[in-house]
Amino acid sequence: MVVYPRPLGRVCPSPRAGAKQMHQTTQQLRRLQRKTLGAIRQPLSSDYEMETVRPDGKPVAAEIEKFIKPNDRLSSFERLEIYNKQYWFRLLDCLWDDYPGLRAVLGQKKFQKLSVAYLDKYPSRHFNMRNLGSRMEKFLREEPRWASPYEKLSQDLARFEWAQVLAFDEAQREVLTPADLAGRDPGKLKLHVQPHLSLLELDYPLDDFVIAVKRQALRGDASNAMAGKRKKRSDKAVSRPRRQRVFVAVYRQNNMIYYKRLAEAEYKIICALRDGKTIARACEVASASTEQIGQWFGHWAQLGWFVKP
Amino acid sequence: MPANRFNAFTDLGIGIGLRVPHYAHILNKKPTVDWFEVISENYMVDGGRPLEVLDKILEQYQVVQHGVSMYFGSTDKLNREHLKRLKSLVKRTKTPFLSDHLCWGSVDGTYSHDLLPMPYTFAAAKVTAERIRQARDFLEVPICVENVSSYAEFHASEMTEWEFLSEVVELADCGILLDVNNIYVSSKNHNFDPYDYLNGVPHERVGQIHIAGHSKFEKFILDTHDHPVLDPVWKMYAHAIGLCGPTNTLLEWDAHIPSFEEVHGEALKARKFLEELALPDGRLSPALGPGVSQPKGRG
Repeated sequence: MVVYPRPLGRVCPSPRAGAKQMHQTTQQLRRLQRKTLGAIRQPLSSDYEMETVRPDGKPVAAEIEKFIKPNDRLSSFERLEIYNKQYWFRLLDCLWDDYPGLRAVLGQKKFQKLSVAYLDKYPSRHFNMRNLGSRMEKFLREEPRWASPYEKLSQDLARFEWAQVLAFDEAQREVLTPADLAGRDPGKLKLHVQPHLSLLELDYPLDDFVIAVKRQALRGDASNAMAGKRKKRSDKAVSRPRRQRVFVAVYRQNNMIYYKRLAEAEYKIICALRDGKTIARACEVASASTEQIGQWFGHWAQLGWFVKP
Repeated sequence: MPANRFNAFTDLGIGIGLRVPHYAHILNKKPTVDWFEVISENYMVDGGRPLEVLDKILEQYQVVQHGVSMYFGSTDKLNREHLKRLKSLVKRTKTPFLSDHLCWGSVDGTYSHDLLPMPYTFAAAKVTAERIRQARDFLEVPICVENVSSYAEFHASEMTEWEFLSEVVELADCGILLDVNNIYVSSKNHNFDPYDYLNGVPHERVGQIHIAGHSKFEKFILDTHDHPVLDPVWKMYAHAIGLCGPTNTLLEWDAHIPSFEEVHGEALKARKFLEELALPDGRLSPALGPGVSQPKGRG
């Protein structure tokens, strides 16, 4: 423990008076910060400029002038506009990177409108931007109009693409070995799966689709060396997937993200294990031969999906 | 003086920021680099490639953590999850000290993910210093706070930025990560003399210096970290080390990142200024030593 001496400071009020004064000054600062962040979080105009009129009809500039100083080159409004733009560009870029498939399905304009609406309703509540898109599927279920007419496809994509964020940097726990299982009663034994493993039931074959979108983006990048513009056409070149029920595992191995198609019964059994059922109970949730179930367990174990508790 | 209690008495030399495009080069070629600065938040995760790369880097190099989201100037209570994750990383990297910014960026639990400027008031200094103390008590490593570049100023301000920085670090009894590029950028955006800033901070508290490139626009300068360091910033750097002594120095290059060699080569230009500072016997030159004031109007 490092001990640092406390300087006396400018005023030495009694502890009670000091706490009250601190509370007041904190409240004052908080009010100013609320006002500032409120202005910075206002969505930009269609020309990517700061809106000049607030949603309640009041002029934005007059409000900002009350707390931001102008200088000899920029008005108060223009100075805060720099932060307003930075806020949106930074956060939209993050969603742009995390949801390439969703972007490909909706097109860039619609994806951007969706992103702005999403961030308006669900602004970042976590210190790490990695979690910015964590509520996209929830948002799309609550407000499907932003993805019309591809509501279900978009919800599935949001789930599938978020699973990749988890696969990228969730924990890799110590793998269960055959020795850990020796002599254990399957009627009582419960297994735990890797935190980076997501098990998804999807109405579209999104594994193939997202691979195709990423390949297309790579081709776009390679041919875009001299262009200053964003790649507009490359996203749309991949056809939207047709409905087909699939079961997919998204996971990490040797720091690479993999997708693995699962049979329906296989999916149900491993979901049951993940959700805390015993091995015996989990094997009852789907009909499959003992030999088949044994093979699946062998594959899952090989992939290191089961971990020590 | 440069190795002081605010940087855990380290004399690290010249480092660069550890960035993803350089991972392969560093791991394969193992170049000689004095030290790397890592963005803490990039490694405050539970697994995956970022942590694996970090562990390999730690086998070979000295690493110092630099954060971007502690927001000492915010009014929310310090986030326990954030602190716990940060402390766990501190134990992993064995960073001798860590730094974050003198700014705010969240309110009521909503994050801007930006480094927003403070109103330079005595009250804000007090609130900020208290949070720095709390963070340091929890993390158990010295903390240096970095001055940010800014584009707006509050009417509420009661003092200059460097007076505010001085007030905060004295109240918190913490160190300073002096970003000379940020001083230059802000001096142009707010019409002050950057040498007044350099001369006006408590030099004995400077534990680290940042240098970087920026971009000029018609009516303001943006701190973009996507260029080599510009001449006026090098001149300020020379002045800063004249005041502070040969301090741990770090080049930031975060966008349009060129090859490892180019970034490292740019950082090593700082060596010339450090060598000019030292006499042949290793003592500091009196002409450039601490406490020497610089005429106004340079840069």
